[in-house]
Amino acid sequence: MQLFLEQVLNGLQFGMTLLLMASGLTLVFGIMNLINLAHGSLFMLGAFAGATVVAWSGSFLLGLLAGVVTAGLAGMAMEALVLRRLYRRDHLDQVLATFGLILLFNEAVRVIWGRRPLGLTLPDWLAGSVEILPGVGYPVFRLAVIAVGLAVMAGLWWLVMRTRLGMRIRAGASDREMIGALGVNITALYTLVFGLGACLAGLAGVMAAPFIAVQSGMGEDILILTFVVIVIGGIGSLRGAVAGALLIGLADTLGRVYLPDLLRLWLPPATADGAGAALASMTIYLLMALVLALRPRGLFGDAG
Amino acid sequence: MRADRRLLAAAVLVVGLLALPPLASAFGNPYLVTLVTRALIYALAALALDFVMGYGRLVSFGHAAFLGLGAYTVGILNTHALQALPLVGGWSGSNEALVAWPLAMLVAAAYALPVGAISLRTSGVYFIMITLAFGQLVFYLFNSLSAYGGQDGLPLWLPNTVAGREMLEGPAFYYLCLGILLVVWAFLQRVVRSPFGRVLVGCRENPRRMRALGYRPYPYQLAAFVLSAALTGLAGALLANQQTFVSPSLMHWSQSGELLVIVLLGGLATLIGPIWGALALLVLEEVLVTVTEHWQLVLGPLLVLVVLFFRNGLQGALDGRGARDD
Repeated sequence: MQLFLEQVLNGLQFGMTLLLMASGLTLVFGIMNLINLAHGSLFMLGAFAGATVVAWSGSFLLGLLAGVVTAGLAGMAMEALVLRRLYRRDHLDQVLATFGLILLFNEAVRVIWGRRPLGLTLPDWLAGSVEILPGVGYPVFRLAVIAVGLAVMAGLWWLVMRTRLGMRIRAGASDREMIGALGVNITALYTLVFGLGACLAGLAGVMAAPFIAVQSGMGEDILILTFVVIVIGGIGSLRGAVAGALLIGLADTLGRVYLPDLLRLWLPPATADGAGAALASMTIYLLMALVLALRPRGLFGDAG
Repeated sequence: MRADRRLLAAAVLVVGLLALPPLASAFGNPYLVTLVTRALIYALAALALDFVMGYGRLVSFGHAAFLGLGAYTVGILNTHALQALPLVGGWSGSNEALVAWPLAMLVAAAYALPVGAISLRTSGVYFIMITLAFGQLVFYLFNSLSAYGGQDGLPLWLPNTVAGREMLEGPAFYYLCLGILLVVWAFLQRVVRSPFGRVLVGCRENPRRMRALGYRPYPYQLAAFVLSAALTGLAGALLANQQTFVSPSLMHWSQSGELLVIVLLGGLATLIGPIWGALALLVLEEVLVTVTEHWQLVLGPLLVLVVLFFRNGLQGALDGRGARDD
C-alpha cells in the first residue's frame, strides 16, 4: 500500500513533466497547425542551461530561471528564423525542417558542453524527504515537481480562458484569417505563443534534470512520449493533454513496478521478470494503439 | 520538357551507378562500393516508403519495424542453420537467400497486415503516431528477446548464399543490390500507373469522391501498406547481409525518421527521388565526417535550407519546376 502510494506519486510527477511538454506542443499544433519535432530540443536546452547555472551559482532558482529564459529565447528565435515560413506548408515539410533543427541543436550542445553528461545537484532544501504518511518519507523535489505542474496548469488555464491574450489565442486557433482581419497582430501573437510553449519545455527540462542524465539527444525520448500524450488526448486539446499526460505517467510508472509481479502469478519468476520488463516498456505504446483503435481522434479530439 | 529532363537525370543516375565499381577500383577507393551499396539498400527502403507516403498519403513513422523484421528474419534463420537448432517443425533455418529473403518479406508483410488494418482507422497526424507506436512495440520486443541477443544484437556468422554461391561481398553484392533496386523501381512505376495505383492516388486526393465513385479506400490503402512493408523487409534482409549484424537499433524510431527524411529530401511521390535522397544523404554524411567531427552542425541547417528553398526535394530541383509525378 505504501509502495503503491509512492509509485502513484512518482507516476504523477512524471506525468507533470510530460504535461509541461505536451501543453506547449499541443498549443502550437492547435493554433498554428505546426508539427514541431524540435520541441524536445528546447527541453534539452532548458536542462543544460539549468544544470550549468546551478553548478555556477549554487542556486536552484537561478538555474530554473536560466532554463526557462534560454529555452524561451531559443524557441522565439527558431520561430522567427525558420518556422514562421512553414505555417502554410505541408506537415511533411515541417517534419523535415524541424528534424534538421534537432540535428543542429544536438550537435551545438555537444560543441558547447562536450559529450559527457551533466548532472544537476539539488540544494539541501529540495534534496530531503518529507513524511507523507506516518513513517513514510517521500522526496521533497518530486512533490515540488507535482506542485509546479499543478500551478502551471492553473496559470495556463487562467491565461487561456480568462485573459484578453487567451481570448485571442483561442480565436486564432479557430479562425486565423478572421482574427487577423480584426486587427490583431497575428505574427506577434504566434511568436508569443511559441515562446510560451518553449518556456514550458525549458521548465520541464530543469525539473527533469535531477532524475536523468543531461546529455545531447535527451530531448528525443521525451518528445516521442509527449507525442504519445497529445495523440492519446486529442491533438490541440489542453484537456486532452492533461488526461493523456496523467494516463501515460501513471501507466508507465506503475507498469514498470507491477507488471513483473503480476506475471509471476502465471509464469516462473525469471521468465516473468524478463517478460514483465519487456511488456512494461511496451505498455504506453499498447495503450496508445488501443485508444486510437477505439477513438481514432484521441480521447478529447474533435469528431470528424 | 519536364519528362525529358527527368529521363536524362534517370539515365545519368543508372549509368553512373553501373560504372561505379570499376571506377572505384581504378581510383583505388573500393570503400566507395561499400558506401554506395549501403545507400542503395536505404534507397530501396525509402522507395517502398515513398510508395505509400507519396501516392497514398499514408505517412508511416514505423517503417523501421519492417526493416528490422526483415533483417532479423535473415539473422535468426542463419543462427539456427549455423547451430543446427530446430526452428519450426524440425526445420533448422537456412542461410540460402532464395529462402531467407522471401521469408523476410513475408514476415514484414505479416506484421504490416494487422498494423495497417488498425492504423488505417485513423488518418493524418494520428496515422503517423499510431504507426510509430507499432514500430516501437517491435523495437522493445526485440530489445528483450534475449535468445537472439537482446539489446546487443545478433552477429551473422554465415552470410547468405545466393543459389548456393557466395556473392554477398564487394562488387557482386553491389550489383545484386542495384539489380533489385531497379527491378523494384520498375515494378512500383507500373503499380503506380495501374488501375490500382490510380485508385490509390484518387484516395489521396479526395477520398469522399472516390467513395462516391464506388471505391472503398480501405482495402487499397491496406494492400499498398502491406506491399510497402514487404519491400522494406527485403531491404532489411539486404542490410543484415551488408552489416553482417542485426540489432534492435535498426527498429528504433530514429531509423524511421531517417527513411522519412530520405524520401522528403529526394522528392515525395517521384519514385526516383528516394534514390537521389539516399545517395545524397549517405554520401554527404560520409564527406562531412571527414571534414569535421561536428558534421551534424552542417547537415541540420542544410536540411532546413532544402525545405525552405527546394520545395519538392532534389528531384524537384532537377525537374526545374515543381510538380509531383502522378
